[in-house]
Amino acid sequence: MGSNKNNWSKVISAKRSWWDIDLKGVLNYKDLISSLIRRDLVSIYKQTILGPVWFLFGPLFTVFTYTFAFSTIAKIPTDGIPAPVFYLAGTILWNYFQACFNQASGTFINNAHLFGKVYFPRIIPSIAMIISNLLKMLLQFIVFIVFCIYYQNQEMISMNIYILSFPLLVLLMAILSLGFGLIISSLSVKYRDLNQLIGVFITLLMYASPIIYPSSSVPSVLKPYLSLNPIAPIINSFRYAFTGAGAFDWWGILYTTIFSLFMLFFGLILFHKVEKTFIDTI
Amino acid sequence: MNNIAIKVEGVSKKYRLGVVSSVTLKKDIKKAIHNFFFKTKKIDDVSENDRSLSDESEYVWSLKDINFEIEKGDVIGIIGKNGAGKSTLLKILSQITAPTEGKVKINGKIASLLEVGTGFHPELTGLQNIYLNGSILGMRKSEITSKLNEIIEFAGVQRYIDTPVKRYSSGMYVRLAFAIAAHLDTDILIIDEVLAVGDAEFQNKCIGKMNEISKKDGKTVLFVSHNINSISNLTNKCILLENGKINFVGKTEEAIAKYYSKNKNIVNTYNAEYNNERLKVLNVEIVTTYTSFTQACEGIFKIRFTIQTSEPINNAGISFQIFNNIDAPIVHISLFNSEQPFLSSSGVHTYECEIPKLRLFMGDYKINVYVAENSGQNLLEVIEGICPFNVKMINKHRDYDWQANSCAYLEEFNWKKT
Repeated sequence: MGSNKNNWSKVISAKRSWWDIDLKGVLNYKDLISSLIRRDLVSIYKQTILGPVWFLFGPLFTVFTYTFAFSTIAKIPTDGIPAPVFYLAGTILWNYFQACFNQASGTFINNAHLFGKVYFPRIIPSIAMIISNLLKMLLQFIVFIVFCIYYQNQEMISMNIYILSFPLLVLLMAILSLGFGLIISSLSVKYRDLNQLIGVFITLLMYASPIIYPSSSVPSVLKPYLSLNPIAPIINSFRYAFTGAGAFDWWGILYTTIFSLFMLFFGLILFHKVEKTFIDTI
Repeated sequence: MNNIAIKVEGVSKKYRLGVVSSVTLKKDIKKAIHNFFFKTKKIDDVSENDRSLSDESEYVWSLKDINFEIEKGDVIGIIGKNGAGKSTLLKILSQITAPTEGKVKINGKIASLLEVGTGFHPELTGLQNIYLNGSILGMRKSEITSKLNEIIEFAGVQRYIDTPVKRYSSGMYVRLAFAIAAHLDTDILIIDEVLAVGDAEFQNKCIGKMNEISKKDGKTVLFVSHNINSISNLTNKCILLENGKINFVGKTEEAIAKYYSKNKNIVNTYNAEYNNERLKVLNVEIVTTYTSFTQACEGIFKIRFTIQTSEPINNAGISFQIFNNIDAPIVHISLFNSEQPFLSSSGVHTYECEIPKLRLFMGDYKINVYVAENSGQNLLEVIEGICPFNVKMINKHRDYDWQANSCAYLEEFNWKKT
């Protein structure tokens, strides 16, 4: 049998090296990715009359609440631009991050019924989730653009050439949320305590990010700490590109890029280590 | 040319017992520290997979050193008691979980059906679920599209294909799910008890489809089931697992016989003590085709009665009835003094009744015993629900389908042209 060692189309063994991530396998399952995306998008508005319009309703409602609570009542500054567009600019990418992070961190627990019955590369639901959330986010983005064009015509904001950085900013958010999510999902397979912390973590991270306040209003004592937050440069740069408020944070984006790539790398390795036998512990 | 489809080399699987808590965290940390400083893996205390042993160890070997080869085109059954490691072996073969030790080498495209309808979304229509479930099972979209009509027709859900599956009857749901799985195009197929679904008619259809897949298409099939009838219908070879180890690999009939000879601990005889009554049935025992009270349909069946009497019984008679699992009487056999001297003296008597070919439908049965005097006028003793046994239709070549509801017993008969 020694001579036809290479004839086996698949070898399942106890140990696998940490870098041996099956990327080719993922490509073989691209039809599954599209099926899962379709499932996510179609199933969510089944038996509703407004259908996908509901994707827009949530963020719009949030923005009106923020405008009322934080701008009108609490009088938090909005960097000199109209409050609705200020909050929308903050929440669109933030919501994307939050949705991706929440779903990625539940990968193993929420898909245990699937993973326990069928084999496919375990990363696939996460990839599908990143894309289906992207599509939902783009829908909200269209509404945001409508707002932007309205205020642009009123000359209250100034969209600029930096809007071309939008795909990069989205990509960074996706990588960051996937990285964080994979780490949490891998660690929470055995010890579920982490899942309890996610809600707290998300709330803290939101208030540590310039979503309901502009970076310019942060006291200079706190600024170094805030600049550690990899989300902040994305939000700030996005807001600058579409409204002209604040500045495009080149250094911050560089920091976020390195940070998020590292997180993704670390997350993938952890995930890879766990995926083979997690079903025994979950 | 390599003719081996699956080669399993020294596969073992260890499971941790108990719940995950702060105690396990403490142990995990201890182990990690130990591994870090001493660079040697601390050997965990692992016990064998035998539930009858009480052992303090924290780990258990669900499978231990499994080795076998499966040739291309083989249809293999995996049998064994609950907890023998069948499901663990399936999970390893289908890559759900990795073995603790050893290797599995696979040659060809493999797919596993540990469940039908995995990933079905209740809100999606039948059609959408065909695509979703098909792609979860590893089919390409184009492949599903080309087989779409076949799948829908096999499932018989044409009218409902654009209705969400949450509105399906459970039978329709399962039929659709099975239909998708049955149209998977792979070289090796691993199947776990999925046949235990649907009504009798659909089960037969499934068995037919399985036969077609394995025999006509020449696929390699691994089939795990508790249902010995379908195992013997479908497979030609079997692997018998016992306490996580391979007990036997070989012909299905031999494996089944071995499997039944393993369950000796069930007591299915009736015993009573004599207390100076006029008549007492001391013992009733049955002799079935296989041990552990498993009877083959059309096999020899014997029942023995031991009766003690203090005086001759006038015109004594004995009879027994065989009841099925819903307490319907199927067979009634009796013996009277007029046919043969019976209990005509005091003492201990043993009588045996032999049924040369017990043609019962597969299922569970039990026996009622009646002893009477005066030609059945006066009942002396009634014993109900004893000597349970199970009838299997092993290796029966059926020219027609014997359905559970068509008849309960087949009589011996001769046809003649007159």
